[in-house]
Amino acid sequence: MSIRIDLDIIQQWVAPQSHVLDLACGDGALLKSLKEHKNVEGYGLEIDQEKITAAIANGVNVIEANLDTGLSQFADNSFDTVIMTQALQAMRYPHLVLDEMLRIGKQCIVTFPNFGHWQARIFLLTHGRMPVTKELSYQWYDTPNIHFCTVKDFEVLCAEKNILINQREFVAERFLDRQIKGICPNLFSNTAIYLLSN
Amino acid sequence: MPNAIPENSVGPDNSVGLVTPETLHFDQPLELACGRTLSNYQLVVETYGELNEDKSNAILICHALSGHHHAAGYHSVEDSKPGWWDNHIGPGKPFDTNRFFIVCPNNLGGCHGSTGPNSINPETNKPWGVDFPSLRARDWVQSQARLADHLGIQTWAAVVGGSLGGMQAMRWALEYPDRLRHAVVIASAMKLSAQNIAFNEIARNAIKSDPYFHDGHFLENSTLPRNGLALARMIGHVTYLSDEQMGNKFGRELRSGSFQQGQDTPVEFQVESYLRHQGDAFSNSFDANTYLLMTKVLDYFDLAREYDNDPVKAFSNALCKFLVVSFSTDWRFAPERSEEIVKALIDAKKNVSYAAIESNLGHDAFLLPNERYEQVLYAYMELIATEVSV
Repeated sequence: MSIRIDLDIIQQWVAPQSHVLDLACGDGALLKSLKEHKNVEGYGLEIDQEKITAAIANGVNVIEANLDTGLSQFADNSFDTVIMTQALQAMRYPHLVLDEMLRIGKQCIVTFPNFGHWQARIFLLTHGRMPVTKELSYQWYDTPNIHFCTVKDFEVLCAEKNILINQREFVAERFLDRQIKGICPNLFSNTAIYLLSN
Repeated sequence: MPNAIPENSVGPDNSVGLVTPETLHFDQPLELACGRTLSNYQLVVETYGELNEDKSNAILICHALSGHHHAAGYHSVEDSKPGWWDNHIGPGKPFDTNRFFIVCPNNLGGCHGSTGPNSINPETNKPWGVDFPSLRARDWVQSQARLADHLGIQTWAAVVGGSLGGMQAMRWALEYPDRLRHAVVIASAMKLSAQNIAFNEIARNAIKSDPYFHDGHFLENSTLPRNGLALARMIGHVTYLSDEQMGNKFGRELRSGSFQQGQDTPVEFQVESYLRHQGDAFSNSFDANTYLLMTKVLDYFDLAREYDNDPVKAFSNALCKFLVVSFSTDWRFAPERSEEIVKALIDAKKNVSYAAIESNLGHDAFLLPNERYEQVLYAYMELIATEVSV
């Protein structure tokens, strides 16, 4: 699954023994893995009650917080890496959260589902309805994912904000997509992973 | 140590059953933060569960303002109510007595058997009364460390407390950093606000202005400042509840009287009668000097005072991991107070988890059943159990 590949790539970008903040950390699986493999010290922020309990059970530091409002408490450059996996699209103001991440962290890792993937495009084209996928199975009216974007959208935003893209990786789930995703990541990748700095 | 007697079980299956407190005497003088010394003292203690062979499964429960050593189970089959934290201590409960050895002392200065204002001052052979030395949370922590020594416990698996109890848990982390693995800090704060102190001062004034208070020497005068203490408790009690909860529980319901024209019997609201009952019951079971002393411990508590008022510097001494819990409608120690603790711990790069529990029960929520609160405690205690292999 792509989540697993996400983790492997993120781990390569996180320095051993570094100080990490994971926004929307879920059940803490990423932090737990980073702790085990990279010996990082870190905290996860989460708002979902059940996920917080799960993260506690996983033995990671989890702080109940609302990411749209709760990041101001962190000092500038107080973390080596600030990570947000698959949650940017659920933020009320994704661009402001990005600003905050880059303020708090010396570098940031962001992953998001790419809405420019051909399946999403074909879904909209043929059904005339908002794409619903296996991974993102919500209907438009009840989805927590209120700000979907494409790879291109994201890179335009980075350019506008003068955010440096230090590295980028793309994950494709289908075998054929994996072979050709380099030609046009916006068309063939399901998940985009960026390493950013100011 | 006296333990629960399961075969003589009282209460539901997940109760520790009948328990017997034990009185422990300490002859080593205790130097207090105020500069005075207690030449000897006693602590009344209850324990539940069994200490394991390597003595790694001990949990210290620190009580709050009006608490005591009787945290769980029943003292006799006639008891109508179990100990004050029975919701959370017992077999299969978050503080699981099948796995952990739970220790709960009555703090020094208390009025339930530990040395306090009601005890006899050996120098005068009269009750201490208001002359009992003023205490700080650190004095309690020191006496609890002596208690740990007595029980053969080098390191607590966790030191746990709500409200004033949470302050003791934090103080433990700074005073004896290598003697606890975890601190569980519930509905607490690093220091009181001016509003907190104001409420305490009103309560103290209520006690002191009772004509039976006799400047604190009421025992020698064979009187009790019941009205003053009841009034103090009524004031305190209001701060433990939320507006919403009082509205739900009492609203504007009348206990007696009516607003109908032609009736001039005085109207009494349910909430008035409830508060009076709370005050009266408390004034029959608590000591006025202990109340003055405990509220002063609260007022004086300031975790970071001797660390240049910098909580990050204070917590940098800690070695344990922290769990911090707050309740949404707690306005005595609001979630913001807990979040200050969490922020300081994060800035000090300490291990901490934080849960902000939804509850309409105000400050008292830390004592009461709440599904999510219990799940968080279960998850955290499970982690501790794994660490200490129980």
